[in-house]
Amino acid sequence: MYARILALLKKDILLELRQKHTFYGILLYIAATIFVLYLSMPNSPDAIIWNSLFWVIQLFVCVNAVAKSFLQETRGRMLYFYTIASPIEFIISKLIYNAILMLFMSLISLLLFFIFLDNPVSNSLQFVGIVVLGGIGISLVFTIMSAIAAKAQQNAALIAILGFPIILPQLLLLMKLSKAAFAEVFRDGALLQLTGLTVLMDIMVIVLAVILFPYLWKD
Amino acid sequence: MRKSWWKILSFILLVYTIIGGFLLDVPHLFILNETIRNLYFHVCMWFGMMILFAISFIYSIKYLLGFQYRNDIFASNFASVGSFFGILGYLTGALWVSVTWVTDQGQSFGSVLKEPKLIGAAIALLIYGAYFVLRGSFTDIDKRARISAVYNIFAFVMLFPSIWIIPRLVGSLHPGAPGSDSGNPALDKNQLDATMRMVFYPAVMGWTLLGVWVATLKIRIALINDKKLINE
Repeated sequence: MYARILALLKKDILLELRQKHTFYGILLYIAATIFVLYLSMPNSPDAIIWNSLFWVIQLFVCVNAVAKSFLQETRGRMLYFYTIASPIEFIISKLIYNAILMLFMSLISLLLFFIFLDNPVSNSLQFVGIVVLGGIGISLVFTIMSAIAAKAQQNAALIAILGFPIILPQLLLLMKLSKAAFAEVFRDGALLQLTGLTVLMDIMVIVLAVILFPYLWKD
Repeated sequence: MRKSWWKILSFILLVYTIIGGFLLDVPHLFILNETIRNLYFHVCMWFGMMILFAISFIYSIKYLLGFQYRNDIFASNFASVGSFFGILGYLTGALWVSVTWVTDQGQSFGSVLKEPKLIGAAIALLIYGAYFVLRGSFTDIDKRARISAVYNIFAFVMLFPSIWIIPRLVGSLHPGAPGSDSGNPALDKNQLDATMRMVFYPAVMGWTLLGVWVATLKIRIALINDKKLINE
């Protein structure tokens, strides 16, 4: 099982490395969006606005980065996967791949945010940790949405419609959590509680994905 | 479900709710005053909505277990009546807001919209809106049933944390929340007046039964329409 998950993961990464245009496309998307923000905002927006902007951008980056993960699989290729892997192996490999991709994209957009929109974060290391956690969480949800939308033969618009209401609680949680890195004082244990909740939701998404994906898998 | 006793029960309970709700004595609280009677209508809508969504969720699971098209009809119709109850909940809430928070407390429209309960309800309605958009995007009936069942299950499970978590993140004006750092601002049954409880519980039952009744009517129409598809 692990060998097959690794093989599928390796295939996705190799594909990404060989078809560089999609990868650079997303990078360009991030850079362009943040540049537009830089031009339209005051040079250093205050911490609250910075925080909200950052997470909203993460959301859109994720929709764009993760959307293609199922849409790019052609019918013929899916047929081939049916014969060599189980649905659980397939979805786990996709979840891991998208988490890695989103992690990378989040960190790059964080770097660009620091460059263009200043750095109001007082505890940068902590914020990077939250970004890693949040990036993974968002990518997990959108991987499932991408799997559903791919079945509907629809474009990325459907992913946004399906995913936004579901991601909202997680996004609010992350915005709240990241205020810790802006030196906002929390109640004792609240920080741990919020982190625990985020991790718990990620686990829930993974469990649901593993249970439900077999039903999406075959026509 | 075609037995008639629960429909009669629903009717009697609702007549009792309306008569009792408007005539029985209620505690006269600051700001709320007589608007507290809206409890019998507004809160019941949310109870009804959640129960109908839960039924829809159960039928979606049943669909995935057996792939019987019948169960998909049940799931989608319960979801649509549930959404309708949600909209009614919003409307009754808007009425209540307009005479309490907005006029008496001077809250702005923006702060009312950020109420945790409103966010939770908005998420629920958006999710089911997305559910119907998803359903609309298929032409193949079996595929539509299967994929939308998957989304329904996923969305309903994700809806629960949003109802538990968001109220703990945002401060609230909503009754049952003493302060912004308090726990879950749910309706506290111990704070409810005894005479109000006498009307409130039957009201919840009555409205929910009415919702189920409407849903079963819709389902029966759909079953007749799709008679050829269901080989039973």
